[in-house]
Amino acid sequence: MKAIPMKKNKRAAARDAAEARERGMSRIPGNPSGRFWLYLVPGLLMLLWIIVIPAVWNIYLSFTNYRGVKPPVWAGLSNWARLFRDATFWTSFGNSIWMIVAMVVIPILVGLVLSSLIFDVVQKKFGAKAASTMRAVYYFPQLLPIAVASLVMGWIFRPENGALNALLEAVGLGGLQHNWLGSPDTALIFLMLIMIWIQVGYPLVIFMSGLQRVDPELYEAASLDGANWWQRFLAITLPSIKPEIFVVALTCTIAALKVFGPVYMLTRGGPGTSTIVPSYYSYQQFFQSQQVGYGAAIATALTVVIVVVAVVFTNLQQKVEAEDGE
Amino acid sequence: MASATVQLATRAPKARIPKARRNRSAGDWVILALLIAGGLVMLFPLIVLLLNAFKTTADYNASGPLSLPGEFSADGLMAFWNRVNFPEKVWNSIWTSGLVAVFAVVLSMFNAFALGIGRVRGRRWIILLIMLANMLPQEALLYPLYIMFREIGLYNNPWSIVIIFTVIQSAFGTYLLSSVYGTFPKAILEAATIDGASRWRIFRDIVFPISRPTLSVMLVFFFIWTWNEYMIPMAFLIDNSTQTVPIAVSSLTGDRLMDVTTTAAASLISIVPTLVFYLIFQRTLSRGITTGAVK
Repeated sequence: MKAIPMKKNKRAAARDAAEARERGMSRIPGNPSGRFWLYLVPGLLMLLWIIVIPAVWNIYLSFTNYRGVKPPVWAGLSNWARLFRDATFWTSFGNSIWMIVAMVVIPILVGLVLSSLIFDVVQKKFGAKAASTMRAVYYFPQLLPIAVASLVMGWIFRPENGALNALLEAVGLGGLQHNWLGSPDTALIFLMLIMIWIQVGYPLVIFMSGLQRVDPELYEAASLDGANWWQRFLAITLPSIKPEIFVVALTCTIAALKVFGPVYMLTRGGPGTSTIVPSYYSYQQFFQSQQVGYGAAIATALTVVIVVVAVVFTNLQQKVEAEDGE
Repeated sequence: MASATVQLATRAPKARIPKARRNRSAGDWVILALLIAGGLVMLFPLIVLLLNAFKTTADYNASGPLSLPGEFSADGLMAFWNRVNFPEKVWNSIWTSGLVAVFAVVLSMFNAFALGIGRVRGRRWIILLIMLANMLPQEALLYPLYIMFREIGLYNNPWSIVIIFTVIQSAFGTYLLSSVYGTFPKAILEAATIDGASRWRIFRDIVFPISRPTLSVMLVFFFIWTWNEYMIPMAFLIDNSTQTVPIAVSSLTGDRLMDVTTTAAASLISIVPTLVFYLIFQRTLSRGITTGAVK
């Protein structure tokens, strides 16, 4: 600002003022942004009470020894030092990667294909009713409480009298019967399959709603130009629902990093530590080993990872949106 | 595949067949068949539940999980229904989830109005701070919230669930709605100011009705998500009479007295309310989460 020559000062000042006014302005003309704070008060107060204070409290606990009965004793960095040496902790984060594959990568890919097939083929050739039935079918596992979904799946895959083993028996493949969720070699894979089953409907529904927005004439024009389904998918479908893909990818990644219910109900992290995830490990420390300080350290570490992922992600999203805007 | 469709379309006779049906190609039928096969896999657990929920225990022990029931028996269903007082659990779930859905939508609207339309300073960081509610693993909240709610006498009270999940669900709502309001048509807002509408009037009479499609999708999601919540309700609702449906069903797993047919019946009956809710509101889902934003 100081480098600007004197005679241009007036104009520059006016421009700066205009810019500043624009920057401090809401999207409603004549209403500065500052006047909207009132609307944030209830939300931020509730957030402070339910989230911020407990989160800070949790960070404090991670620096203490606390067994849940006597008051917490300051322990410095000992929980954190233990964390970095703890092989189980690192195993649990390794399994988080697999959970991201099962809850984010595969559901988004499958969801993209399914939503565009249902939207493109079923809705256009077989009618809207067929399309919405199809969507409801794939969305069905999302409607199940995790507790119920886990109960049913645990029962289907259980060794004695489980439905999968019964099915194998019935088609003459009895030799393949297995304790699917109870053996170290298959537990993680079957947990992943269950997560894919649970998760796939979520991107499907969100993507289909995004596709409603796309101008049908675009597809018709592309078809007339001889574009095949795959080309239309890449050129029209994918770019149009980019905002939805970001929303789904971020929310699913967060859900995958903090997945707890299915692990708790189906495998309890086992056998051994083969399906342990950070949330369950921390829960174990909190409520089974009564090592509240250590549990808090794991939970805090997990929160840090999630926040970093979210920040990186929203930055990327903004960059992409800015590029699209140009 | 598409070229086949085009060819068929050009060759199709000008008979009075509905337009949509005229150009179904073989490929379309293959895709439909594959989608139906995939759908059956998705529904396999439901099919297994249906097969076993109405069997007698003896029948199940004799012929396994995949056979059709020999005779219709509602014993499992009745056992579960009476044992957990099912109507009470459904009522608990309905009113907590319903209140959370409404409160969280309202809270998200207030937040998003300030962030997306008001464009207050530092909005990116505020959104991130609010999203912390979604990012924080729930087990990190349990101890502090337990102590806080016990102090104010709301532990073991369903209102604790309503308060906690209103905040947690509104985090996603704020994130979604802020970006929708960020693209809210400026011409409408300008027209409103010319008419001399205040911020509150714009909020209530313009932004709210126009974004209603997005809001109703959020309402459906929040209701189902809260209904399905597990860890916090399990920790906070220790009294039998305050418990929600998923907690009642999962309490069966450890219960040796409960046989498989009862568990199947319990799982089946417990998903009926959400299923009905979804089918009622499925039309809102198809209207889309961002419809309010465009055009």
